[in-house]
Amino acid sequence: MNKKKKTIVCRCEDLTLEEVERAIDEGYTDLQELRKKLRIGMGPCQGRVCIQIVMKILERKTGKKIPKKSLHTYRPPIVPVPLGSLASDENEK
Amino acid sequence: MKMKSKTDVVIIGGGVTGCSLAYTLAKKGMDVCLFEKKYLSSGATGCCGAGIRQQWSTKENAELAKKSVDIFEKLSKTLDYDIELRQGGYLIAVHDEKEMKQAEKNVEMQRSLGIKVDILSPEKINDVASILDVKGMDVVGATFCETDGHANPFKTTFAYANAAKKNGAEIFTHTEVTGIKKDKNQIREVQTTKGSIKADFVVNAAGVWSKEIADMVGVKIPNVPLRKEIMATERIKPLFEAMIISFKDGIYFSQQEEGQIVGGVPIPEQKPGFKTMPTFSFLHHMSKTLTRYAPSLKHVNMLRHWTGFYDVTPDSRPILGETSQVKGFIHCHGFSGHGFMLSPMVANLLSGYISEGETSKVLESLSLDRFKGKKLTGETYVVG
Repeated sequence: MNKKKKTIVCRCEDLTLEEVERAIDEGYTDLQELRKKLRIGMGPCQGRVCIQIVMKILERKTGKKIPKKSLHTYRPPIVPVPLGSLASDENEK
Repeated sequence: MKMKSKTDVVIIGGGVTGCSLAYTLAKKGMDVCLFEKKYLSSGATGCCGAGIRQQWSTKENAELAKKSVDIFEKLSKTLDYDIELRQGGYLIAVHDEKEMKQAEKNVEMQRSLGIKVDILSPEKINDVASILDVKGMDVVGATFCETDGHANPFKTTFAYANAAKKNGAEIFTHTEVTGIKKDKNQIREVQTTKGSIKADFVVNAAGVWSKEIADMVGVKIPNVPLRKEIMATERIKPLFEAMIISFKDGIYFSQQEEGQIVGGVPIPEQKPGFKTMPTFSFLHHMSKTLTRYAPSLKHVNMLRHWTGFYDVTPDSRPILGETSQVKGFIHCHGFSGHGFMLSPMVANLLSGYISEGETSKVLESLSLDRFKGKKLTGETYVVG
């Protein structure tokens, strides 16, 4: 058994600190490119758990502050909603 | 990275098409600089439905798509980067006899190009995807091409960009083109927010922003941006492999490598423009149509939905090749919602033209000049 402890950065996608750092080393130093390469923030939490941590790692590794405008967009419906509820006509007049 | 003073080709736009062209040109030994105003895949590429389809109604599109699939099949190996290609096929719903007549004609044309496509009776549809409710879909049949499929658009773009850089291309992100200088009717120089560079060719691969770029050299293009919405569900176990589409309902959906279902549908009040916020209308319309096609999905959660743009031309076919008005100015836009799947072949055609002056029937038929006065056969097989 591998006893080396893993630090999970993104729980939705099971991403480890090591994987994030490796992608940054490979040249994915734009937060959005990093996100698209690793699917950070594309799971059920939409980045609420991980994106701040990933930003910190990115800033530490590149020594550059991430500009506010390149931040993550939260997408509707914000929290997961069953397709059946969205398809329902019950609330329509 | 410091910008050099001169290059052979400047490519404007870091989507999949710009990056694949940067790769093919660099591979041929040309000096290439690519400028992207945001980050790679930040435009239509990064918002797209990831589909790769060969079933088209116009011969040009079918031929480009077929040849692109041949390239996609080897691309992970060629570029040494997994683009997550999955060939689960495309199932096109056929809703009535009129649609079936058209489908039969298209299948005949597609088969003549060597595309493996079949017409299915309603009973055979569940053999392709058991989650579909054939009654709910309201169909008289379907067409199915097993070598259609999808790939990861981000990874395909990154794969091309990395391979382009390995072959000497220079890629500048967060660099906006602010002007293009010409001397008489020849391209001379491109000005950006990070400096100027002399160039013999400028490729306009800026997607829905291509109009602004073309304006810089005084060339008018007929493209309009059409806002499109798309959604992703949570990840679920593999249920079906095919992309399911319908031209009548406008819907398309597939299950991706990781397990999420991704799909879109046009909203009834859709009109051209740059508005980017997603709408409630889409949430309702999409979930309703999707659960009509696949009722068991009503228990599945939608996670998020987002907006992208189709860069649409009057005949829904791309505009490619050198403009007759300005020497060295190359059109590479107007993909009308199917740029990702055509990108490998578009890069081959344009790199052949730019490096060796090669031209072909397909390339000529997609020139900007086709809009002058002639009656056009438009692509009718557009979804989303």
